[in-house]
Amino acid sequence: MNTTPTAVAAAPTRWTPPRREETWIGWLLDWKPFLIVMCLLPAVGLLTVFLTYPLGLGIWLAFTDTTIGRRGIWVGLENFIWLFEDPIFWSAVFYSVFYTAIATIGKFALGLWLALLLNNHLPIKSFIRAIILLPWIVPTVLSAIAFWWIYDPQFSIISYVFVDVLGWRDTNIDFISTAWPARWSLIAANIWRGIPFVAISLLAGLQTIPPSLYEAALLDGSTPWQRFRYITVPMIMPILAIVMTFSIIFTFTDFQLVYAITRGGPVNSTHLLATLAFQRGIPGGQLGEGAAIAVSMIPFLVFATLFSYFALARRKWQQGEAND
Amino acid sequence: MANIITRRDTLMLGASAAAAVALSGGAGAQIQRANVNPPSWPIESGASLRMLRPVRFVQPDEEVFRANCARFTQQTGVQVRVDFVGWEDITQQTAVTANTGAGPDVIIGFNESPHIYVDKLVDLTDVAEYLGARYGGWLAMAQRYGKRHGTNNWIGIPFGASGGPLVWRKSAVNELGFQAPPDDHAGFLDLSKKLKAANKPSGFALGNAVGDGNGFANWLVWSHNGFLVDPDGNVAINSPETIAALEYLKELYATFIPGTIAWGDISNNRAYAAQELWLTANGVSLYFALKNDPATAPIAADTEHSLLPKGKAAASPMAGLTLNAMTFRHSRYPNAAKALIAFLMEAEQYDPWLQANLGYWSQPLAAYAASPVWQSDPKVAIFRDVMRSDYWIGYKGPISQASAAANADYIMVQMCAAVASGQSTPQQAAREAERRAQRFFRAR
Repeated sequence: MNTTPTAVAAAPTRWTPPRREETWIGWLLDWKPFLIVMCLLPAVGLLTVFLTYPLGLGIWLAFTDTTIGRRGIWVGLENFIWLFEDPIFWSAVFYSVFYTAIATIGKFALGLWLALLLNNHLPIKSFIRAIILLPWIVPTVLSAIAFWWIYDPQFSIISYVFVDVLGWRDTNIDFISTAWPARWSLIAANIWRGIPFVAISLLAGLQTIPPSLYEAALLDGSTPWQRFRYITVPMIMPILAIVMTFSIIFTFTDFQLVYAITRGGPVNSTHLLATLAFQRGIPGGQLGEGAAIAVSMIPFLVFATLFSYFALARRKWQQGEAND
Repeated sequence: MANIITRRDTLMLGASAAAAVALSGGAGAQIQRANVNPPSWPIESGASLRMLRPVRFVQPDEEVFRANCARFTQQTGVQVRVDFVGWEDITQQTAVTANTGAGPDVIIGFNESPHIYVDKLVDLTDVAEYLGARYGGWLAMAQRYGKRHGTNNWIGIPFGASGGPLVWRKSAVNELGFQAPPDDHAGFLDLSKKLKAANKPSGFALGNAVGDGNGFANWLVWSHNGFLVDPDGNVAINSPETIAALEYLKELYATFIPGTIAWGDISNNRAYAAQELWLTANGVSLYFALKNDPATAPIAADTEHSLLPKGKAAASPMAGLTLNAMTFRHSRYPNAAKALIAFLMEAEQYDPWLQANLGYWSQPLAAYAASPVWQSDPKVAIFRDVMRSDYWIGYKGPISQASAAANADYIMVQMCAAVASGQSTPQQAAREAERRAQRFFRAR
């Protein structure tokens, strides 16, 4: 070893960072579990304050007889027992399920169709896609008010066209004055509003499908239906499941359309659980009962979510395995 | 009693109100008052007050109200801050104020509010007795809303009420051979049938319309001597009187313009303005909206107000929307608050305010019937007597959270709508209303 004296001298005194005073704060911040807690705290705090607390309070209220202006006492299942015997509640349950089912089917049928159309090469494609999104971008209350006018018993534009312009009818069309027409009218409004979300999401899914699959299928002499059935559908199934889950949740918890157009009328036939919960809880002042109605939505939502996940999305390759 | 007040309406109303105030000369000059010494409310030193009240109908309402409060400050040195709150919010804000024991000293709420928070309120009997003695006594509806149920203790000071009588086209009613809508059920039905035959139908809201829907449903049942709860607060809607009312409704509804089951508070205003509807019930706002728009002014000229048919009742049943002032125990300056409420009800302040409101609000004290506002337009004169009515929301029971909730949950309206639409028989509908009302009125 032919080392210089300087190198020998340097070796033992390796450079070390200047030592800081070892304080308890420094020690604490170096301690990993503490750091994790500190970093998570803001997020957990926000979730607690704005999510867990309201949800917990809602569930608590459902078991009390609180009214606006009066602290309630614990009444156990009394609210739920009353609701169980309340035909208005059951009609709201029925209509919520019916509304969600029909509107979802409508939105997905039309949305998928629209997505397939938009997936073709069209002139001014981006512009059309932007236009398509409009119903979804417009604040719901605005489109609800538009539909409120469209469905108005006296001043409906559709009635006007049929009665005064075309002369095909003598009387205005009954959109929201009787139970079943009102139910269908609201579903139509919801479908109109929901199509863009489905269409654009599915369009994104369609565009991830490699064109080579279609080319290979073409070479094999496939029909358009076969290409749709065996390539498009399986490939967009995962995104379809996610979009459907969201769509079901949004539709089931819908409030604005119904409240702005019919307020649950005529005679409570179009109450959704959300509007009924609001009606009983806020204008009616029965906070406990309103909370109980809201809480009773949870099982339906959990079921709907699980259904779309397990029925539509159980594909092994999603977990990185091959399909059977 | 829906109110569409456009900017233009507001400006024009403002102008006409200013003119009315100017014409009346010395405000309060016409108001007879007795020489009664006010009770002494030694104002706490350093007092200042905060007050909440619902937003205005018309711009001058707010201006005059603020000016009145400013004059109170001038005379007493007590600072008064007034916040104007949206109509939908004031109930909730009152609830928060009462439950937290903090916030405004005085709230002018609606209808039942003082009755719900009675434990949290300062007794206002001295204020009420003084004002009653000075201004010719409190009218029936004011007594009902002001006094604690079954006592002579005042918990609220009503500031005014707004009613919804019949609004009809004079030409249409006259051409069918009627001077005015008849006062009995059979005659009124006859008129409605003829109106329909003449293709000038009548119509009343049967949808979830808080003001108009409840107004019509209450009239229907009350004019047949039915009622939701008895004076002890027991549910009494499922009665032969109610059934008779609903049977009558079946016939009456057949004469309505189609679609009234889906009507909100605004629908009859629109249909009337569009000359598709010729007889309905509404607050004075409809008339002013028509009068102030040149396009609809001819309709206003042909419009008359009259009381709803009294039917089997002793007087035409109508319950208005009432402004009801209360003072909270948490206030550090209860004397200043009482002095302010009494001050605002004195003729120098109250009469200009009444005039500024053009008839939207009607006085609770008898002497103010002489206010020039009731001579300003003969078609508005009918609103002078709104608070003479012996009816109230929740008639004949105690005014309470339950009566307010039954009203807000449309129990009466939906009972009527279920029969009108043919969905239920009168018996079924009355039973259903009874079932729902029992829930609200259950003992707790």
